[in-house]
Amino acid sequence: MVNVQSIKDAPGLADGRLREADHPSSQVALFGPDQPLRLDCGVDLAPFQIAYQTYGTLNADRSNAILVCHALTGDQHVANIHPVTGKPGWWETLVGPGRALDTDRYFIICSNVIGGCLGSTGPSSTNPATGKPWGLDFPVITIPDMVRAQAMLIDRLGIGTLFCVVGGSMGGMQALQWSVAYPERVFSALAIACSTRHSAQNIAFHELGRQAVMADPDWRQGRYFEQGTHPHRGLGVARMAAHITYLSDAALHRKFGRRMQDRDEPTFSFDADFQVESYLRHQGSSFVERFDANSYLYLTRAMDYFDIAADHDGVLAEAFRGTDTRFCVVSFTSDWLFPTTESRAIVHALNAGGARVSFAEIETDRGHDAFLLDVPEFLDIAGGFLQSAAAARGLPANGA
Amino acid sequence: MTALQQALPLNGQATFFDPANCRGDHLLVAEMVAPGSKVLDVGCGEGDLLQLLESRGVDGRGIELSREGVNRCVAKGLAVVQGDADTDLANYPDDAFDYVILSQTLQATRQPRVVLEHLLRIGRRAIVSFPNFGYWKMRLQLLVGGHMPRTDNLPATWYDTPNIHFCTIKDFVQLCDEINVKMERAVALDLYGRPLRLNAPWWFWNLFGEQGIFLLSRGRHRDETK
Repeated sequence: MVNVQSIKDAPGLADGRLREADHPSSQVALFGPDQPLRLDCGVDLAPFQIAYQTYGTLNADRSNAILVCHALTGDQHVANIHPVTGKPGWWETLVGPGRALDTDRYFIICSNVIGGCLGSTGPSSTNPATGKPWGLDFPVITIPDMVRAQAMLIDRLGIGTLFCVVGGSMGGMQALQWSVAYPERVFSALAIACSTRHSAQNIAFHELGRQAVMADPDWRQGRYFEQGTHPHRGLGVARMAAHITYLSDAALHRKFGRRMQDRDEPTFSFDADFQVESYLRHQGSSFVERFDANSYLYLTRAMDYFDIAADHDGVLAEAFRGTDTRFCVVSFTSDWLFPTTESRAIVHALNAGGARVSFAEIETDRGHDAFLLDVPEFLDIAGGFLQSAAAARGLPANGA
Repeated sequence: MTALQQALPLNGQATFFDPANCRGDHLLVAEMVAPGSKVLDVGCGEGDLLQLLESRGVDGRGIELSREGVNRCVAKGLAVVQGDADTDLANYPDDAFDYVILSQTLQATRQPRVVLEHLLRIGRRAIVSFPNFGYWKMRLQLLVGGHMPRTDNLPATWYDTPNIHFCTIKDFVQLCDEINVKMERAVALDLYGRPLRLNAPWWFWNLFGEQGIFLLSRGRHRDETK
């Protein structure tokens, strides 16, 4: 038989994931039966909890709070060591002392989205009605639901207006949704590599990922925790496919080309002969260690449903009419998941709605993932935008 | 570190802007803008004019074609978007701005007439400045030298210039008449950016003005037909 390799599981980590779901290594805001989260699907979710991290100090006016919204597979650990993987925070290029999102100057909040798997209520959380993980009994959630939950957290923290809402990809969707749903609570919004609606191609990629998860016999109709299995192969394949969309042809060529992995000749097998295969398998394996398969289904679904214009009679500009929020929209030349045309559509709608908007396209071959990487031009733009917004907000230059 | 990265400001616009270094034509344009108004600068370059306007309490926005220009503007905290005057002005609604400025850009557009019409649709007033191809040094180079004119301010050769629609002050005045644009103020500047004397006749400006700056508004006819 030809040599075959597939995504490896890391036994034992399931316990860690499950522990984080109910008892995260983060601050937690609990909302009881009297404070349900009204979901777009018509369900009132209660009780529920939101896990969040904060950095820096809230000033006396409560005017320096920035909400960072994470992307599809991100979490609240934006600038600290991750409790499951032990790796640094996912946006330390942008968030930290002296960075664009300066923790010496701003109070930074990042919460795990509802439906996530790092401590905010989601399909891997325990369903209080059954004492077992929610699984597919968890209601389908939307981007507006995530934002509604964040607004309840912001209320709980006693903050009226956020100085800025920042996010890339699905986080950018949330930032835009914040500015539409709560325009008076968003002084400025920085939306990176995102869109006001998920494209047909992106829905198609998500469906591919979901089908990969559900085709894994270990998925067990979402009951894998109770049955002691883990759909690591399906989730790994979903991640591999998605990861390709986060990069670019040029970046893959630059990083790997057709180079071989630890060998000079092809093995005439389905072993990972090519570096790019090895890299993708590693991406798949490391992802399944930290992420819940059902959460992946729910969060990709939330992105698919996202369409701001549809909620405003099909006219995107109507969503932003008369807004006082200062916007900055950023795209990357090689991003084919959320291409510049999508950002341009946001900018046209914002201009038509009379909003104050900046828009920059950054030249890079690093694809959609560029927003997470050390791209100096992007970091300078984010910093410049926040500096001028801070001046307009009357925030003092050094600290609160 | 590239030159671009070095040039990007790190401490926000306040520490960077120095009005003393402003160009003469920018100061003249800024004087034409009423304080507190909302302005769109089409072809805003690296945002020098926008910074000058914002320092005077104007709510400024910009469009710029070059990515480098846009990114420098945004890093300075200016509200600038990447776009093309020829294609993107159509996306702006009527009466969105008090003034729309086209500074040294008209001659680089593919359809100057359409652009000019958009300026006065989007803005209640427009301020347009452009290099005067009727300037005597230009005429002399063509007449005596027999080659396409090049000056310090317009150093590009004919084959690599972005300026594809040169005009003279006389041509521009004629276009304004044709599309019923009212000329509220006109200034011609000499080679050093100093205004020529005000009561000079058009032919004098057309010959000795190195560039022209015009404050325009909608003609009567246009308003009546609206």
